[in-house]
Amino acid sequence: MAKVTLVEAVNLALARALADDPRVVLLGEDIGVNGGVFRATAGLQERFGPARVLDTPLAESMIAGLAIGMAAMGMRPVAEIQFSGFIYPTIDQMINHAGRLRTRTRGRLSVPMVLRAPSGAGIHAPEHHSESNESLFAHMPGIRVVMPSSPTRAYGLLLAAIQDPDPVVFFEPTRLYRLNKQEVPDNGQPLPLDTCFVLREGGDLTLVSWGAMLHETLETARWLAENEQVSAEVIDLGTLSPIDYETILESVGRTGRLVIVHEAPRTAGLGAEIAAEIAERALYELEAPIIRVTGYDVVTPFFKLEHDFMPSIDRIRRAAHQVLEP
Amino acid sequence: MSVTTTARFEIKYRSYLTPEGRLTGTPPAIASDPDLLKRLYRMMVLVRIFDSKAIALQRTGQLGTYASCLGHEATHVAIGAAMAPEDVFFPMYREYGTQLWRGVHMEEILAFWGGDERGTTFRDQPLDFPWAVPIATQTLHAAGAALAFKLRGEKRVAVTVIGDGGTSQGDFYESLNAAGVYQLPAVFVIANNQWAISVPLKAQTACETLAQKAIAAGLPGLQVDGNDVLAVHEAVSEALEKARGGGGASVIEALTYRLSDHTTADDARRYRSATEVEDAQKKEPIGRLRRLLVARQLWSDQDEEALVQDCQRQVDVAVQSYQAYGRPACSDMFDYTFAELPESLRAQREAALAEGPARG
Repeated sequence: MAKVTLVEAVNLALARALADDPRVVLLGEDIGVNGGVFRATAGLQERFGPARVLDTPLAESMIAGLAIGMAAMGMRPVAEIQFSGFIYPTIDQMINHAGRLRTRTRGRLSVPMVLRAPSGAGIHAPEHHSESNESLFAHMPGIRVVMPSSPTRAYGLLLAAIQDPDPVVFFEPTRLYRLNKQEVPDNGQPLPLDTCFVLREGGDLTLVSWGAMLHETLETARWLAENEQVSAEVIDLGTLSPIDYETILESVGRTGRLVIVHEAPRTAGLGAEIAAEIAERALYELEAPIIRVTGYDVVTPFFKLEHDFMPSIDRIRRAAHQVLEP
Repeated sequence: MSVTTTARFEIKYRSYLTPEGRLTGTPPAIASDPDLLKRLYRMMVLVRIFDSKAIALQRTGQLGTYASCLGHEATHVAIGAAMAPEDVFFPMYREYGTQLWRGVHMEEILAFWGGDERGTTFRDQPLDFPWAVPIATQTLHAAGAALAFKLRGEKRVAVTVIGDGGTSQGDFYESLNAAGVYQLPAVFVIANNQWAISVPLKAQTACETLAQKAIAAGLPGLQVDGNDVLAVHEAVSEALEKARGGGGASVIEALTYRLSDHTTADDARRYRSATEVEDAQKKEPIGRLRRLLVARQLWSDQDEEALVQDCQRQVDVAVQSYQAYGRPACSDMFDYTFAELPESLRAQREAALAEGPARG
């Protein structure tokens, strides 16, 4: 079995879905002949034809709106938004229609669509290509928000998103697209969308993160184990909305210490939501205040400063020390 | 330097039935189909009586804010009559004539404006989209549905209605553009009623017509008298036939007039003159069709009396059904959020149910 990168795993999952389900259609800007600006759809139009992999005119609200109409008529559209900062025109369609058509027809119509979009900084990209905007979509009722952090989870979670009967916004961390490779069996098996993934077990503190920041979070956990004999449990949120709090509560119940790491800006970020929920439900099991390590509440900087913006291993380690010795 | 013309466009306007009820030009085949003419007339009268009752319910505190369709009856009913059952309709929010023709119930329309989740059930119309209040978003859903029909090789058409104000939105242009690029089986009807709440057409666009907005997307655009049920029916029927045969999408601008306030929460006297409304009233769609039917001896005073009575009875039955709905279940706001309720929402649902019904 060949090892694949995260972006290749996305391609593998899309090909599998196209092969297994005739209702699946991909649409987006430059995804057909060109194979996508990140190559996520490379070779798919050639293999499945232009009626399954559609190049669209350049209009993001249109891409989301078309997908809603297609999905309501029984197709399984998987739409691509080219860059993270280009997703904002879809917000009207997603919140006003995708997330509510099931409710507004009492289940008569539904929107089994996937909106794929790149996410996050760290690849020296031009402006509007490095945003982390998952919180905007996590606030929308009726929509699932998913972000994988490895090739294996990209494959399984994307298949699950495509098979899900409701709309899913699927964020792909561009920094992880080609960072490392994993053996990913192309077995068509989806991963669950209702559970976090425990990537590393530990009893001293709980580190919760998602997407590309898991790279630094896992590095920190390894450093703590090797240098300070501290065992950190690392949880990948996987599905960012709705959140599986049970896994986090179980972990925090054992460790009594929680650090949440995300790249998106701090205020009203998902870290605030998780911290509030855990405080409400498990305050008396906590040995230390919950700490968030996040991006700052600033405009995503141009790339010369992007690593100053993104949480570093040093910042995560300091937060870990803070909860270990309050 | 040489200057040549690379493209040339024109917009045609169609109208057959004058406000006096006379036919002009070469009327379409339905002009000689008395049964269909009478069906169209009956539905237009039913819609108007329903509309007037809905406003009365709102004024007496029995309905929430309501968007009247007064004056649009010909456009809306003609669209419904021209569509095939398997086609799909994507309304904005006042196309009751189309919806009633396609099997939506009056009590459902009342329930929607009465703030009841059950209003969008459409129990006898499983295909059509619910009301789209955000303005122009529905045109993209129609294009998406049309794309699905085209990809599956189905001979079905997506039909949507948008107002004059809606044509200023990006989604409107994006949907026309997609329909042009993919040659989609779609029909876009602009119900140009001259007013977007308080903004008159001349403040909405510098275009001479709204139909010409089709040209920029490579689609044909046609203007019709929206108060002439024959002209609208013919234009929509032709556009449907063309779309069904693989000929792509069309834009039809139906010129009509919003004789009512924008909604019951609006007072149009603040921004338009009584004279303008009186002039528009003379061109309204129902009287002219009745005059045609009477002139052709297809309609009598007794027919009219019987029809009005029958419509009033139907509306009364619908109002009674609506009033018998009672309060929706609190669980309704949770149960259709996802196909299967996630754990976190299950907890919120239980908490909400434990609160018991809220007052107010």
